[in-house]
Amino acid sequence: METKVISANRLEDGIVVYITKDNNWSECISDAEVFNDEAACDEALSKAYTAEEACIVVGSYLVEIEQKGEYYNPTKYREFIRVIGPTVRPDLARQVRS
Amino acid sequence: MSLIKNNIIIRDSWNHLDDDTPLSAEGKVIVSLKRWQSERKLLMERQEPLGIRLKSAEGAEMISDDLAHFDLIALEFPIFKDGRSYSTARMLRERYHYKGELRAVGEVLRDQLQFMLRCGFDAFEYAGKTIPEEAISAFVEMDKFYQTVGDWGRT
Amino acid sequence: MYVYNLVDQSLVNQRVQQFRDQVRRRLSGELNEEEFKPLRLMNGLYLQLHAYMLRVAIPYGTLSSKQMRALAHIAVRYDKGYGHFTTRQNLQFNWPKLKETPDILADLADVQMHAFQTSGNCIRNVTADQYAGVAVEEIADPRITAEVVRQWSTLHPEFSFLPRKFKIAVTGSKRDRAAVRVHDIGLIIKINEAGEMGYEVIVGGGLGRTPIVGVTIREFLPQQFLLSYLESILRIYNQIGRRDNIYKARIKIVIHELGAKEFTRRVEKEWKTIRDTAIDLPVGEYERIRAFFAPLPYQSLPKNDAGFSHLEFENQDFSHWVRGNTLPHRQSGYSIANISLKPIGGIPGDASAKQMEVVADLAEKFSFGEIRVAHEQNLVLPHVKQTDLYSIWNTLKEHNLATPNLGLISDIIACPGMDYCSLATARSIPLAQDISNRFSNLRRQNDIGELSVNISGCINACGHHHVGHIGLLGVDRKGEEYYQVTIGGSADENASIGEIIGPAIPYDEVVDAIERVVETYVDLRAKNESFIDAYRRVGKQPFKENLYVTN
Repeated sequence: METKVISANRLEDGIVVYITKDNNWSECISDAEVFNDEAACDEALSKAYTAEEACIVVGSYLVEIEQKGEYYNPTKYREFIRVIGPTVRPDLARQVRS
Repeated sequence: MSLIKNNIIIRDSWNHLDDDTPLSAEGKVIVSLKRWQSERKLLMERQEPLGIRLKSAEGAEMISDDLAHFDLIALEFPIFKDGRSYSTARMLRERYHYKGELRAVGEVLRDQLQFMLRCGFDAFEYAGKTIPEEAISAFVEMDKFYQTVGDWGRT
Repeated sequence: MYVYNLVDQSLVNQRVQQFRDQVRRRLSGELNEEEFKPLRLMNGLYLQLHAYMLRVAIPYGTLSSKQMRALAHIAVRYDKGYGHFTTRQNLQFNWPKLKETPDILADLADVQMHAFQTSGNCIRNVTADQYAGVAVEEIADPRITAEVVRQWSTLHPEFSFLPRKFKIAVTGSKRDRAAVRVHDIGLIIKINEAGEMGYEVIVGGGLGRTPIVGVTIREFLPQQFLLSYLESILRIYNQIGRRDNIYKARIKIVIHELGAKEFTRRVEKEWKTIRDTAIDLPVGEYERIRAFFAPLPYQSLPKNDAGFSHLEFENQDFSHWVRGNTLPHRQSGYSIANISLKPIGGIPGDASAKQMEVVADLAEKFSFGEIRVAHEQNLVLPHVKQTDLYSIWNTLKEHNLATPNLGLISDIIACPGMDYCSLATARSIPLAQDISNRFSNLRRQNDIGELSVNISGCINACGHHHVGHIGLLGVDRKGEEYYQVTIGGSADENASIGEIIGPAIPYDEVVDAIERVVETYVDLRAKNESFIDAYRRVGKQPFKENLYVTN
């Protein structure tokens, strides 16, 4: 199985976030907890749904990534754009690393 | 489920009967269109008030000739997004001049209550999470409307 | 333009309160996302790729200076300093916070604006022609009809949970600038032999997955019966539109499955039952609304001002802009001035808060405080004196709003695409920028002439690519961005759906492909023959042959 992280949008402001090791949500993908097997994914999704019910985030799902050192690159272009922000507005670029 | 009528929660004196449950001699029952069609004579013979329940795909014209037999018509909202019963309600009130209780059943949530009221419903089997007493405030949330609809001149 | 009375203002205020409470209940968990989603959609709030997106309604594309300033203020205070004008004459903010949205809506309500029904399975913003009330060849002002339909459709209790979204457009000209033939309902204002006003009613047009031009179900509907007729159509749609499959839920599918004849029969039957009830607008109310669109206090001016003609002669750039972006006005000595939101290499339809302020100021000073939004994603100052054009142009130039490319190849119409939209399969904006840069030369653009390029980032076709002279549809081929090319679409009174020319092309090859299409046209056109006319004359074969030639 490919490496994955979990992404969602924060409920109160809609900003893209990733679930971290200590069950928080970070705007930086490099803070994300990485999952390498199905069981870990399922458990993490479970935690994500709990966060949804607690009104922290909305729309959580798994994102496939390639780990390149400290960089986590989503394999799908759409997910990559979610990390960096609109490609046509580099001035609005999000932080890639915290 | 809480039954809301006239802006208060009341006890429901009606009973929804499913198609398989035998018909009792007494009691106010609400039956499906299917049952009405197959047991019409039996139902008419009972001395009790009768109610009928229409699915969202079953339109007003299916019972327009029989309205005199029903003290209550329940219209289903299987999911709140299925808006067909709004049209059925208006037709029953405005076209066929139905005067009995028109009840919304199914996924009846707070934020649809006022739309339902304006289409002619006067009773609501409320199924939302908000406590019913607070849901009632939905009826007066908006008091300005553009359209002429059959809510009997309330707007 | 229409001014809210107490009823209108009360309604938006109450709606803000209602939504504030709905947001509170969402944030506290009383409403889950599934329950909240249709409620936020009915207030135009989407959840997109990077953030929420708020779509503000600009009824039939008409804005006052005050309202434009409010939009600029909202962009700065709650967003990231800009907004995007859409193909349905609305404005989108890309970064609002859910918890602040009730405040945004309150600020909008203060200037008689809202975001109702710009999303969801309800009746959407009624669109009209951006030159309404001022176009020379206009038969009747469509804004009055549009305002009547807007009010009727706002929070209509019977039609708030339709099978799918519903879009209505109105035109008052023979020249259809509102694309009425590709809407769920299109209304064409007509005057019959007796001099009475009425509508040709067209139903079932649409773009998206299954693009189709609508059918006329009634040649002439007397004006006073508009609302009862619309109710009949909507009622039938509400009752029999498909609810099992969202891709087959629009009214165009109903017409396709039932047949236009049977559909018309049902509508007419329903209409006969309700036409004489209280649904139709009383004459007095219609006249009250009409009074808001009465002719403005224009000055009596000569048709051509000598000073103006001299300026035009002296300044070539000004002259290009006048010829490209302005049109004659009904009123002698006045002009319609188009403001391009398509600077070369820019993001189509985007405007910064500063630009919005500039336009608001210009409108206040020179255009009776009125601005229009075109579905081609440009702005319009609808009533300017010819003698003021030079000042206006100078100001526009300073703020990158004077590109003289109206209707030319760099006047590209593009949806936000995968840079912003969670539905998209490919990006559209960078492609628009690349095409614009390739064809930046103004002389070349004018030589090519009228040519619309429409880009959609997915099959939902928000870029209206089906009705572009050249349409580009972004698709995903194994993770790569590819674009399907269509040619021959048109959104006007000769509406047509573009034809697919061949297999989709990878991003890197698209701009060259457009070059070849343009060259093909230039080589085979007759004298003064436009792109679309040439295409209709010769068909797709010459274009297909040249498009897929590899050098």
